[in-house]
Amino acid sequence: MVKEISTTVIWELLKTIPDPEIPAVSIVDLGIVRNVEFNNNQLKITITPTYSGCPAFSFMKEEIVRHLETDGITNYQIDISLAPPWTTDWMNDAVKTKLKKSGIAPPSLEVACPQCESQQVEVISEFGSTACKALYKCLDCLEPFHHFKQI
Amino acid sequence: MAKDSLYKYVLALGDDALILGQRLSQWAYRAPFLEEDIALSNISLDMFGRANLLLEYAATLKGNGITADDLAFKRNERQFTNRILFERPNGNFADTMVRQFFLDAFYKLFLQKLTGSKDEQLSAIAQKSIKETAYHFRHSSKWVIRLGVGTAESHTKVQSAIDNLWMFTNELFEMNEIDNEMLQQKIGVDCSSLKQEWIKIIDEVLAEATLKRPENIHMTTGGREGIHTEHLGHLLSDMQYLQRAYPDAKW
Repeated sequence: MVKEISTTVIWELLKTIPDPEIPAVSIVDLGIVRNVEFNNNQLKITITPTYSGCPAFSFMKEEIVRHLETDGITNYQIDISLAPPWTTDWMNDAVKTKLKKSGIAPPSLEVACPQCESQQVEVISEFGSTACKALYKCLDCLEPFHHFKQI
Repeated sequence: MAKDSLYKYVLALGDDALILGQRLSQWAYRAPFLEEDIALSNISLDMFGRANLLLEYAATLKGNGITADDLAFKRNERQFTNRILFERPNGNFADTMVRQFFLDAFYKLFLQKLTGSKDEQLSAIAQKSIKETAYHFRHSSKWVIRLGVGTAESHTKVQSAIDNLWMFTNELFEMNEIDNEMLQQKIGVDCSSLKQEWIKIIDEVLAEATLKRPENIHMTTGGREGIHTEHLGHLLSDMQYLQRAYPDAKW
C-alpha cells in the first residue's frame, strides 16, 4: 500500500455502502462488517452473511471490492466468518430509526406499525420479499408494511 | 482416512440441503397463493445457502481444485448420499408441508447437537442454520395444524401425506460407519438418540391437528449409500442440465 490509511477511514468508507435491498441502511449498520484490521500493511475485512442463502451477500462483497479499488486500495483481503452467527441485536437504535423512517418496522418482539405506531397488527406472511423481512398489516391505519425479522 | 470420512459426512449433509432446496424451488410460481409462493422460495433459498456452506467446506476437504459447483452439478444419482425423505416429490401442498414438517423437526434437534461439534466449521454452520430452521418449523407445523383441522378434504390430504411419508422417517435416525466414526471423534451427531424427542414433537403437533401417525409399518432406507427412489434422477437431470450440456458455463 502506498499511503497510510487508518481503520477509521476504512470503516467510514464501508458506511457509504448501502444494503442493495434496503438502501436506507448501510452494510455497517446491519452488522455485516464484523472487523477491519491491518496486518503488516495488509487490510483485512471480515464480513458475515445475514441469512445463509441471502442472494445479496455476494453483491455486497463485490461492492466492498469496488469501493476499495476506487479509493486506490489494492492490498486487501476479505474474509467471511459464520460464527458468531449474525443477529439483529447488532443493530443500534439509530439504525432502527432509519429502518422505521423508510417504512420498515425494526426488529422487535413487539411489532408496531412504522406509520402510525399502532401495535394492532397482523401477520400476512412470515416470509417477505427478502429473507430478512416478514409481511404485516396494520389493523388501525390499514397500511401493509414489512417487519425486519428479529433473529 | 479421517479426512475422507469428514468429507463424506459433510457431503451427505450438503446433499440433504441441496436436494430439499431444489425440491422447494419447484414450487416457485406454482404455490396456492402469492405469500406461500414467497415463503417456499425463501425456505428454498435458506436450504441452498446451507448447501452452499456445506458443499464449499466439503470441496475444501477434498482438495484437488474441486469446487462446490462440481459437487452439485457433476455427480450422478448414485453418488448423491442425501436421505430419501429429502428427495420425495412435492406432490400436493399437504405432501410438501408434511415432508417439510418432518424435516424441520429433525433439523431442529440435529442442528442443536451439531452446534457442539468439535469441528469449528460444522459448528459455525449449525449455529447459523438453526435460527433459520426455527422459523421454518413454525411455518410448516402451523400449516400441518391448519390443514388437519381445516376442511374434510384438507384433513384427508394431510393424513394421507403423513401415511405415505412415514416410511422414510426412520432413515433420519440411522447411523452408518461414517456417522459412528464422526460421533466417536465428537464431530458428528448421534442421530439415533434424537428419535424419541422427534416423535414427541411430531405427536404434539399431530394431536393438535387431529391427525394420526402410522405405527408398525415397513421402513425404507438407502439414501446414505446412494440407493435412491426413482425421483432423484429426474430432479438431477433438471438441476444439472445446464452444466451437463455446457460444461463449466458461468453466469
